[in-house]
Amino acid sequence: MKKKLISVLLSTTMIATILGGCGGGSNNNSSSTPADNTSTESNAPAADSNASTGDNAATGDSAAAATDLSSDAGQVINIYSFNTEVRDRINAVYPEITEAGESQSKLKDGRVINWVINPNQDGVYQDKLDEALAGQMSAADDEKVDIFAAELDYITKYTDADIDAAMKLTDLGIDPNTDLADQFDFTKTVASDQNGDMRATSWQACPGVLVYRRDIAKEVFGTDDPAEIGKKTSSWDELKKTAEELKAAGYYTLACYDDTFRLYSNSMAQPWVAATDTVVKVDQQIMDWVNDSMEWYQAGYFDPAVSGQWNSDWYTAMSPDSKVFSFLFPAWGIDTQLVPNWGDGAEGSWAVTNAPAAYNWGGTFVLAATGTDNPAYARDILLCLTANADSLTKISQEYADFTNAKSVMQNAATDAAFASDFLGGQNPYEYFTPGADNIKMAPLSSYDQGCVELIQNSFHDYLKGQVDLDTAKANFETAIKERYPEITEVQWPE
Amino acid sequence: MKQKNKKVNYSKWGYIFILPFFLTFFIFSFIPLVDTIRYSFFQYFRSGLKWIGPNFVGLENYKSLLQSDMLRYAGNTFILWIIGFVPQIVISLLLASWFVDARLKIKGQQFFKVVIYMPNLIMASAFAMLFFALFSLKGPINSILISWGVITETTPIDFMGTALGTRSLVGVMNFLMWFGNTTIMLMAAIMGISPDIFEASEIDGCNSFQRFFRITLPLIRPILAYTLITSIIGGLQMFDVPQILTNGAGSPNRTSYTLIMFLNDHLKSKNYGMAGALSVYLFVVSGILCYITYKITNDDDPDGSKAAARKRKKMERRMK
Repeated sequence: MKKKLISVLLSTTMIATILGGCGGGSNNNSSSTPADNTSTESNAPAADSNASTGDNAATGDSAAAATDLSSDAGQVINIYSFNTEVRDRINAVYPEITEAGESQSKLKDGRVINWVINPNQDGVYQDKLDEALAGQMSAADDEKVDIFAAELDYITKYTDADIDAAMKLTDLGIDPNTDLADQFDFTKTVASDQNGDMRATSWQACPGVLVYRRDIAKEVFGTDDPAEIGKKTSSWDELKKTAEELKAAGYYTLACYDDTFRLYSNSMAQPWVAATDTVVKVDQQIMDWVNDSMEWYQAGYFDPAVSGQWNSDWYTAMSPDSKVFSFLFPAWGIDTQLVPNWGDGAEGSWAVTNAPAAYNWGGTFVLAATGTDNPAYARDILLCLTANADSLTKISQEYADFTNAKSVMQNAATDAAFASDFLGGQNPYEYFTPGADNIKMAPLSSYDQGCVELIQNSFHDYLKGQVDLDTAKANFETAIKERYPEITEVQWPE
Repeated sequence: MKQKNKKVNYSKWGYIFILPFFLTFFIFSFIPLVDTIRYSFFQYFRSGLKWIGPNFVGLENYKSLLQSDMLRYAGNTFILWIIGFVPQIVISLLLASWFVDARLKIKGQQFFKVVIYMPNLIMASAFAMLFFALFSLKGPINSILISWGVITETTPIDFMGTALGTRSLVGVMNFLMWFGNTTIMLMAAIMGISPDIFEASEIDGCNSFQRFFRITLPLIRPILAYTLITSIIGGLQMFDVPQILTNGAGSPNRTSYTLIMFLNDHLKSKNYGMAGALSVYLFVVSGILCYITYKITNDDDPDGSKAAARKRKKMERRMK
């Protein structure tokens, strides 16, 4: 009997310890309720103080009618983004921040901003964001997504009016016609939903230019003057002649075929997939890109040791030993790609000039999530980041962004304060700003990211001579249907 | 009576002790498994932020998978596996029999055992990243070849641009990662053979080839079977190495695109129906493969047929 008792004891303790894991979970739950209580308790005094500040604000209400930040219920502002870009810029320019931090920034009234950062690669960011947005309505107030960032390639997914993941700017209290009047028009178009209501806003526009090596230009053409070189790169035909000269001297004009892709895709007449359609229509521009790339590749104008972007070969092509003459980049490309990869190379070795075609590449937009518990703060942050001339000037100077304000950029084009040491004292805005005026955005669809990625992948094999054109087309069809199961057909231009 | 009771009680405790495992298995493995099979009959995926389905579609997913290139990817997977497995098993057998050979007396055995096992400790993805960097167009291998004058700067070898190159690299990586593990397993198997047999064979004038093929190999067959089965299952699930080496594209022309990469692409689009159907196919195939391998290698007669073995056993019994 005694033995039995002991064995019962032993086994129950064992099971108890094994189930301890689960028990821990339930403990957490039970302990989280008091935690909730305490947080609501802490909410209460906060609300009180809010009320008092509200009173204070009420006295100066007519003056500060613009933003009554204390009206927000939430104590925590969650900002989702895919890199540190948004965080760094808000930390730099938002005046309410008293203590800027890597994972949390404190605000004047005791509220905090949480930075939730997940990488873009492999769709990780979108997965996390989608999950958070799906649970938005049931989430506790301080867990709700308040503001999130989206790249141009997938912005339509979040600006869709039917899904209503992001608030209309007008509902938020931002009037695009007055508050955002200084923004470039194409950035407003792409930030609008299918009904024409703006749901996103950006602090940057990304007109692209051609960035070239001064030392190579001097050696081959005898000059590194951007105006002179600009004549040699003003159109595809001119650039081809230039490429022949560079080739004779042992240099490559561009690193690889993907470098020119955005110049073609930006001139597409129709979106990849029309709204509510399930047919991918490949534009003639894309086929032009394929054919021209083939010609250029075989002529030896691209570096044969680079296949595709965003890999180590491509980065190496930006280093001082490289024989690549130029890259097609918007402002962010110079700051985030060229500068780090150039490394120890002599400063002032690069310069910018006009690209053979006007184009826009990328851009980060910020959106206020539907269901946010901090609409006043969301409005304030969005306005401060994307519509305030002072903060935009600061961003341009500190982060070399081409910011989304016509007047600021017009001034920058003639202001010597915007000259860059990396570009040998040249003021790149001289070329960015006229570029921005000429941009006509290709119509977007929510399939853009997959289409761009997969069409480049599929045609690499063709360009390298591994498969014929029809196989490359078939491979794209297979891949796109895998990525987006609802796609029924792919139509190619005649 | 008392005695009997005790026995019953003990076995009951045994069951209670293993209960936690079965509970966790049921919750975390069995229910998801059943769910996977259930979803395979549904159209169920996400488009943007919208969920489509689940709508019951019967065997539609299975049909469209058969119409896709699934069988080609299965072929790719098999080729990638066999390229790695053949050298792996040959080298492992050789190393294992050398290491345990009493007459060779290899010095520093322990050191070599550790060294050949090392690659297995590296994460497969890190290993693939390393190879990707080594064999890239501007990578060290091409630089070395250029400095030796084998190739010129304008014609670097695009190792990952050809089917042969990519497949060989994947094979080499799998070989390097797993041959140490297999060697150690086979060593254990060979050491399990009674030394009497080896001694006897030597006295009878057996040379080392005969010893290897007529004694060692037949006697370690169960372990060989185990190696083969685990390797096949591992091969079916081949993913991280080709995924990272080809950036998920299985390029060129999807010649290194494996079944699990196919599955991964379905999961990327949150296509649970199609991914479920593919998983069921994989489940069935690996089940069949295991059964076949087990049958072939587990026969305990030299003729290779179980019927013959049974017959002979009967004969022996009668003789007695």
